[in-house]
Amino acid sequence: MVMESLLLLILVGLAIAAVRSRDLLVATSILGAYSLVIALLWCVMDALDVGFTEAAVGAGISTVLMLAAINRIGRREATAQGPVLKPTLFSMQQRREQLQQPDTRRPRLIKVGAVVLCLLVAMALLYGAQDMPQVGDPDAPANSNPDVAQRYIRDAMHPDASKNIVTTVLGDYRGYDTMGETVVIFTAALCVLLLLRQAPMRREDEGGTDAD
Amino acid sequence: MRTESVVVRYLALRAAPFIQLYALYVLGHGEDGPGGGFQGGVIFSASFVLLALAHGWPFGRQQVNEKVADILAPTGALIFAGIGVLTMLAGGAFLEYGAFAKAGAEDPEAARLAAQHIGLIGIEAGVMITVAASMAILFFEMSRPPRESKGNDA
Repeated sequence: MVMESLLLLILVGLAIAAVRSRDLLVATSILGAYSLVIALLWCVMDALDVGFTEAAVGAGISTVLMLAAINRIGRREATAQGPVLKPTLFSMQQRREQLQQPDTRRPRLIKVGAVVLCLLVAMALLYGAQDMPQVGDPDAPANSNPDVAQRYIRDAMHPDASKNIVTTVLGDYRGYDTMGETVVIFTAALCVLLLLRQAPMRREDEGGTDAD
Repeated sequence: MRTESVVVRYLALRAAPFIQLYALYVLGHGEDGPGGGFQGGVIFSASFVLLALAHGWPFGRQQVNEKVADILAPTGALIFAGIGVLTMLAGGAFLEYGAFAKAGAEDPEAARLAAQHIGLIGIEAGVMITVAASMAILFFEMSRPPRESKGNDA
């Protein structure tokens, strides 16, 4: 319990740091650490398979893919000092003030409204979470159904069956879903391939720079 | 994306085979411990990401043939679906691996579980092939350096 609370506190700190960072490279690195802490949290909650996946995908490949995207778009987030403001819409006095205080561009009402909205949603979620069963509660509806969870656990405990219930459920009882997951991964690669792979230039002799 | 540090470059080169070996271990032990095809595939492709980060994009690209990766990505999904079709041909439902068991076995239950192991290993291998190839495609396409002069890649 202490361990989980500590990890959750670190998560909140990392999330705030990632949001507040204006440097996308720093934010991405923090999100990688965030994924790693979540992976630790899964391991504390005995969900080793999920933790393993989170560490490999969330902290590893996702971070690298985001770094690759940053490599393409630049690492600085746009601020109010950039060419976002049109000078014709503001008097020079206002523009000078905004340049000095770029973060006060939004009206106070929107800021306060956002905070109130977040608090309301958080209260609603906390209220709803009170009805959730405890983690690993054997009497919870999801765990006590004799035809689903109880049967999976009973059959997977057979001495000749594979020892990892997660694999049994993913590959056997939910094999069709796992196949869909595999196809989703392939579809993602296919889309990126179609969008980003540059076709070899065939019309160079026409003098056009159609690749960009 | 190429580091000048000799230590990093050397270690990346030496670590890559072991990362790939570990990926196969994760695949093989997915039935008895945490892991499986998905994690194994991601770890396998991570070795190429490491090589590309340490030695530059062209070196990493050389290790993963573009055409081979393009072909392997759908092949894994087809292996998965193909096992499902085979179980149907063997008389079971789609992906009912127990259908592979021999009909006249002494202990039908043990034969069914043994057939299930074979089916599980098969689909996990399919998942690993698709995931490893797809992750490699995703990384190498997204991090492809901009073309500097005309026709320097084929």
